[in-house]
Amino acid sequence: MTDFQFFIQQAINAISIGSLYALMAIGLAMVFGILRLINFAHGDLIMVGSYAALLLLAAGAPFWVAALAGIAASTIAGLIMERVAYRPIRGAPDVAMLLTSFAVTILLENAAILLFTPTARPFPAPAFLGTAFRFGPLRVASVDLVAISVAGILLVLLTLFVTRTQVGVSMRAASQDLLAARLVGINVNAVIAYAFAIGSMLAGVVGLLWSARVGKIDPLMGFYPVLKAFVASVIGGLGSLPGAVLGGYVLGILEILLQGLLPEALTPFRDGFVFVALIILLLFRPNGILGSTEREKI
Amino acid sequence: MLKLEDVHVYYGQVHALKGITVEVQEGELVTLLGANGAGKSTTLMTVSGILRPRSGRIIFEGHDLTKISPYDIVRLGVIQCPEGRHIFGGLTVRENLLMGAVQRRDRNDVHKDLGWVCSLFPVLGERLRQTGATLSGGEQQMLAIGRALMARPRLLLLDEPSLGLAPVIVQTIFGVTQQLHQRGVTILLVEQNARKALQVANRGYLLETGQVVMSGTVEELRANPQVERFYLGGSAE
Repeated sequence: MTDFQFFIQQAINAISIGSLYALMAIGLAMVFGILRLINFAHGDLIMVGSYAALLLLAAGAPFWVAALAGIAASTIAGLIMERVAYRPIRGAPDVAMLLTSFAVTILLENAAILLFTPTARPFPAPAFLGTAFRFGPLRVASVDLVAISVAGILLVLLTLFVTRTQVGVSMRAASQDLLAARLVGINVNAVIAYAFAIGSMLAGVVGLLWSARVGKIDPLMGFYPVLKAFVASVIGGLGSLPGAVLGGYVLGILEILLQGLLPEALTPFRDGFVFVALIILLLFRPNGILGSTEREKI
Repeated sequence: MLKLEDVHVYYGQVHALKGITVEVQEGELVTLLGANGAGKSTTLMTVSGILRPRSGRIIFEGHDLTKISPYDIVRLGVIQCPEGRHIFGGLTVRENLLMGAVQRRDRNDVHKDLGWVCSLFPVLGERLRQTGATLSGGEQQMLAIGRALMARPRLLLLDEPSLGLAPVIVQTIFGVTQQLHQRGVTILLVEQNARKALQVANRGYLLETGQVVMSGTVEELRANPQVERFYLGGSAE
């Protein structure tokens, strides 16, 4: 295999993992934009969706049914989360909201441990996701191709949503100036519910792709994805949707790049190097790549 | 049309409105005058349902606004153009204007009104595709007023529309305010520029530290020595 082929292979890998980070980061960014809430429980929606899909697969349902049910379960869980945990404390200080999100995380993860035991379970993804395509000398895992194309389609749909639909424009308006949004008569409760629903739905999709990639699921599986999504949205600029997407891909590329460039002895510390890079970025662009230099606080 | 009855509003421990009673009849242009911190903006925010009074009632055509959400208050046709413009900086001028009509379902008429607002403020028509943040201060104020008009207000609450703007633009904005009034829009105008406000209004209230200290027709207010003093002080800058 030539260097060039190796490069292409790694690039596909990076875009695939970056796609997952981007989809996760969008969910964080949508909610943060309006509520100034960093919803760490967003990661657990991945877990909820994956377990829901697993239960249906175990009951003998075809994969596409299980996948739709998993995405639906994540979406519903996200809506319930907003209604039960976050709406009652709306307007509370940012720290109170952050702590609430930790509480929701602990609650969901422990509920899953009680229901499903802490042991990881294999996730029986359909066989085609385990195969690889050959393009000449290149081997591309089909799960990567699926992740990249699904993310591409969802990003196009999402762009159309936030620019062409009234709810989407209202969502952007509410994230820019919540007071003005209320004064023009935007139904802020509905817009926030939409933000949670869409973000959670994307988390459900990520959950399926993530589980298929890793091959197993466990109650704490949401931790790394949400951490990575948080880093991605900080890289891109917290609260900015294009920033979240860009940050996701930048993080994916950074990880794979370091994996390839670091000497073998140092690869276990890859995440450490990623965070060093993040710190350096934030020294120069404290609000992320696309973050405004000064955010208006309402 | 609108009646505030003995409205008390607190910010935590601070007693911001100490029993305000204000009335606006249909078709009137009423102004609230007063210094910084007198409670003018607080009054408007309470009418819009953003702030909630501890006691008192705000009746708009039989509805008690203190009991319904800002969303429903907009639906009744009570629209506020807030102090400091509060336009959506990342949205285009066109999107900003359409957000003003977010509750309306009459698409054709919304587009007619978009044309009308652009004829009131031609500069907005030239900048429909630009984002709000790229506009000058005066243009942003026009956008804020235009956005409020897109809701087809029955009662327009205008908060300090001339604040910090060049005299030419102040002229334009007061011109439009008068034009709207002549078209039958009822307006409650908050202004520090008392001289200008008294030129366009029918009646006025003078607020001091959360209380109405005087009210009357524009002529009565102008004739009053206290207003005279305040009014000269207000126009000195």
